[in-house]
Amino acid sequence: MAEANEEELAIEATALVRAYGEVRAVDTIDLRVPPGEVYGFLGPNGAGKSTVVRMLTTLLLPTQGRAMVAGYDVVRDPTAVRLRIGAALQEAALDPKQTGRELLALQARLYGLRGREVKERVRDLAALVDIGDAMDHFIGTYSGGMKRRLDLAAALVHNPVVLFLDEPTTGLDPISRTKVWEEVRRINRDLGTTIFLTTQYLEEADQLAGRVGIINQGKIVAEGTPESLKHSVGSDVIVAKVVGEAALAAAECQKLRGVAGAEIHGDEVTLSVAQGSAVIGPVAIALNACGVEVRELTLRTPTLDDVFLHYTGARLEAEATEEQSE
Amino acid sequence: MRTAVSNPSATLARKSSFGGDVLTMAGRALRSIPRDPESVIPGILFPAFFFAVNIGAFQDLFKGNPEFDFKAFQVPVAIVFAVTGISRAMTLVLDIQGGYFDRLGMTPVARLALLLGLMVADFAMVMALTVPVLILGFAVGVRFETGLLGVVVFVLLAGLWGLVFAGFPYSIALKTGSPAAVNMSFLIFMPFVFLAPTFIPREAMTSWLAAIATYNPVTYLLAALRSLILVGWDWTALVQGLGAVLAVGVLSFSLALWTLRGRVTRR
Repeated sequence: MAEANEEELAIEATALVRAYGEVRAVDTIDLRVPPGEVYGFLGPNGAGKSTVVRMLTTLLLPTQGRAMVAGYDVVRDPTAVRLRIGAALQEAALDPKQTGRELLALQARLYGLRGREVKERVRDLAALVDIGDAMDHFIGTYSGGMKRRLDLAAALVHNPVVLFLDEPTTGLDPISRTKVWEEVRRINRDLGTTIFLTTQYLEEADQLAGRVGIINQGKIVAEGTPESLKHSVGSDVIVAKVVGEAALAAAECQKLRGVAGAEIHGDEVTLSVAQGSAVIGPVAIALNACGVEVRELTLRTPTLDDVFLHYTGARLEAEATEEQSE
Repeated sequence: MRTAVSNPSATLARKSSFGGDVLTMAGRALRSIPRDPESVIPGILFPAFFFAVNIGAFQDLFKGNPEFDFKAFQVPVAIVFAVTGISRAMTLVLDIQGGYFDRLGMTPVARLALLLGLMVADFAMVMALTVPVLILGFAVGVRFETGLLGVVVFVLLAGLWGLVFAGFPYSIALKTGSPAAVNMSFLIFMPFVFLAPTFIPREAMTSWLAAIATYNPVTYLLAALRSLILVGWDWTALVQGLGAVLAVGVLSFSLALWTLRGRVTRR
């Protein structure tokens, strides 16, 4: 087993590829996550987020490229990686016929903890799960939120150096979601744990991540702090919902001073502008002049969804909503 | 949620020993047995049912031979029914489907322990399942020519057969990850049990069935078990019976290990 260098990145992937036949689920991605960072991996379902997590957590071999986690190679030193990572995967992966207490104790023993150490650890983590007597009930009787919290506690049983959270709040109600967010912040702040968080929720990435990588069709299309990504599409955004030729409207607006770019998404024209308050008037006049009917005209600061639209040509929020309604 | 972690400085993880991993996984599997009564009840009901039906159907055929104790002849059949196909393979499939197998796969647990832990529990379960059959046998007047030690050998040999046969459902579980396929693994049991001198002695079988039975390991298992009840310490029968069980074990365990490797090689 190779010695890990303490100065190394918590996660480092170079030209990582995972192919299934001709299809590249993950296509030559590079990642550099320093210790102590919360890194948000944002993308729609099927973008390749979970495949990246499965490679970094040693469940799946990369087809090409190299990945190091906590200083160890995921292919050559999987056991060394496993000793240093914790993970809560997309669906809370728990045994419904164990109690919460039994599951945590078993998890602790698999990480080499014994006797009193196991008891103390389970006691501490029971406080995290915060489900009272239900700790001694079968997991099959738990609500979705309780399962998620137990899953998170199980991932923390050995104080991992790097924590992988694969869509940790998908399917949770807003209150449970906020609780998980609070806990993720606390783990990162109090323990200095590096957290690699995948999500399809823009708000989640915005709230939790120090840096965000946007993945679409297996490729990272943009990366940076949420603020820098938002600024990359302009300091303000004007969104016009139009009836008529959206392409013509976009072309007319792009001629205006102060408009840095225009994107069309269905009947929606999104303009990246430097100073929205100064530009919105001329935009309204230009839209009127080119003969399209304006249903809505909104001026706001950019969101990560605007960033996603800018780099991929699609809105993430719409996709997530469609998937949830399905 | 409240603060959970008392040691914020470093990871607490260390590699457990292989034996420790097996014991941890076996503990979980043993705890799950009473929580899964549907996996145990057939092992109690089937043998009792077939024991009663076989005696009712065939005992009178041997009326002319008062030396032949058909009830004693049927006790090994009942015990084979009790222990064959009993395994935690369905638990394994549900772990695979529910993602818990992946959770275990992300821990430093020895991969072989994931299977051996379940098999330890299987061995305990099949040994326990021999008890009701023995009680039934004693209740109808069956006695062992080899005494108490013979009973122990009888139980161990039956338990070993149950364990080696479990390799087949585990192979199917690991290969397919499908509950339906694991349920179908019971079909493997059919030729083993019904192409053997299960209901009548080999000499009374038709020639073609007797020929097939010659190559069936259950023939030698039943002969070894019957010898302990009806004959005494017949070392030839015992060695042949143990050899047959081990031969099946080599096949079933090889398949189980091969499919386990396929499941955990991260392809």
